[in-house]
Amino acid sequence: MLTLATLVASITVFVLAIFLGFELISKVPPTLHTPLMSGANAISGITIVGALILSNAQFNSGDPGTASWLAFIALIMATINVVGGFMVTNKMLEMIAGKKRRGGN
Amino acid sequence: MVDPVIWDIGYLVSAAMFILGIKRLSSPRTAPQGNRLGAYGMLLAVLVTLVKMYTEGIIGYELIISGLAIGTLIGYVMATRVEMTEMPELVALFNGFGGGASALVGLSEVLKRLQNSNVPDPGVELYATWVAIGLSGIIGWATLTGSLMAMGKLRGGFYIPFTKKDDRGRRKWVNFPTWGPPWMNFVKGAVLLACISLIGLTVQNPHNYDYIYSLVILSCILGVLFVIPIGGADMPVVVSLLNSMSGIAAAFTGFVIGNNVLIIAGSMVGAAGLILTFIMCKAMNRTLMAVLFMSFGGGGRESVTRTKIGSDPVEIAMVCDGITKCVIVPGYGMAVSQAQHAVKEFADLMEAQGVEISYGIHPVAGRMPGHMNVLLAEASVPYEQLIEMDDINSELPETDVALVIGANDTINPVARSGEGPLGGMPIIDVDKARVVVIIKRSLSVGYAGVDNDLFFEDKTMMLFGDGKKMMNELNSAIKEF
Repeated sequence: MLTLATLVASITVFVLAIFLGFELISKVPPTLHTPLMSGANAISGITIVGALILSNAQFNSGDPGTASWLAFIALIMATINVVGGFMVTNKMLEMIAGKKRRGGN
Repeated sequence: MVDPVIWDIGYLVSAAMFILGIKRLSSPRTAPQGNRLGAYGMLLAVLVTLVKMYTEGIIGYELIISGLAIGTLIGYVMATRVEMTEMPELVALFNGFGGGASALVGLSEVLKRLQNSNVPDPGVELYATWVAIGLSGIIGWATLTGSLMAMGKLRGGFYIPFTKKDDRGRRKWVNFPTWGPPWMNFVKGAVLLACISLIGLTVQNPHNYDYIYSLVILSCILGVLFVIPIGGADMPVVVSLLNSMSGIAAAFTGFVIGNNVLIIAGSMVGAAGLILTFIMCKAMNRTLMAVLFMSFGGGGRESVTRTKIGSDPVEIAMVCDGITKCVIVPGYGMAVSQAQHAVKEFADLMEAQGVEISYGIHPVAGRMPGHMNVLLAEASVPYEQLIEMDDINSELPETDVALVIGANDTINPVARSGEGPLGGMPIIDVDKARVVVIIKRSLSVGYAGVDNDLFFEDKTMMLFGDGKKMMNELNSAIKEF
């Protein structure tokens, strides 16, 4: 049950997290612009949690209903975002960091 | 029965991992670790959710398991197959999926509640939930369609399926349109206003499906209208802004399902994306509003009346002989012709002769933030040789040869005059070098539509042609020299 108190608590978390995000990465070297963007993008796939909860549906009469099918599509999209996002970020960072180790002597 | 508070503690740990992950992603030494930390945080959040659902009673596994399996498979294949040159498109596509997923979760939630007659009575719960669903919908759908548009623009165009193949086995290619008459801003404003009014209407009439579906359609249109007037060179700003929006959409979805980890992770990504957006805007000396709402360049293209005789690779090879310092300045042209490996080969040849090589990277060179750095890293260019704009500018007066590959606006000295479309934009001062070699297809103007006086200066040598082809010819000329 959502009350005014829990809503205000959620808004508090929201506002503080935005400030935290601004403080967290005030200075980023350009080499990391792309990996930071794609890594942060993978984290925004956290919506996968919502998609999982709503995909919990039963095939009792053959069709679980529109709402569940939409959640199913959301789950696929969020999983692609998460798995693909972390993997390409890793791929880029290995390239950047790997080169650094070899070239840095 | 497990105390439900345990799940919130699990989510809290996962949120902390995201915070540390993003923090570590912003420093080169810790970035790989930061990315892994984020991935483990995500895995933890998924596991906590699954166990929580299990203890509370899962009524059907089919959609959950197949959804996770299909998504993992597609994500894995796309991430493994991608070439570094296709990275901007892939990042835009994943971003769109993130936004779309948030929007779909909101839509699914509202339909489920209507289906189960679980609509709250007018009060805080109804208002907060419905407004959150509406906002995650607007932002999420607009992020999805906007990212798909951005992806099209990053590719430059697409092949029309089912058309006749030409003799090289290719189908008909169409360039992705950039179109934005001044009245478009009013249309955008009207559509946005309509979306917001529709949220108000759904709060008053929660049972009306028409309002919900209209909101979905209008938000999708909003995303298209938002990106279509913005040209290719402004894409770094758009891509990072869409990244920020996908985070905000996830945060609003957190309000919908009442989950703090979504709110924390989403709003942090939103803030991080916004910072990147402002870094990009600053590098172009334009405000975010100007990028989004004022059409730029494109119009009044000056026709070039002056001419300049092109040099040939052998001449350049002679100039490069016996020098001590060379600065390479890449632009979007290097990405298009995929010349990064040829550039690296040139650098190796020069280094073998004892020449000091560094690369001057303009923050908005290319089509996404950090585009040049990723491409050059792929070609095994050492990280230490990639120099930021401000630092390379102090080195350029002592530079013998500045080699520019497919860049124009980012090296145009007219920007220093403070006038015209480029006025005040920070540039790489290649004109301070003793000799400037520019590899470019023609003398035509860049994205900003401004003539570049540097092309016509005596110390400038133009090498006309495709970036990769010219670099290869230059390399063989140096080897023979």
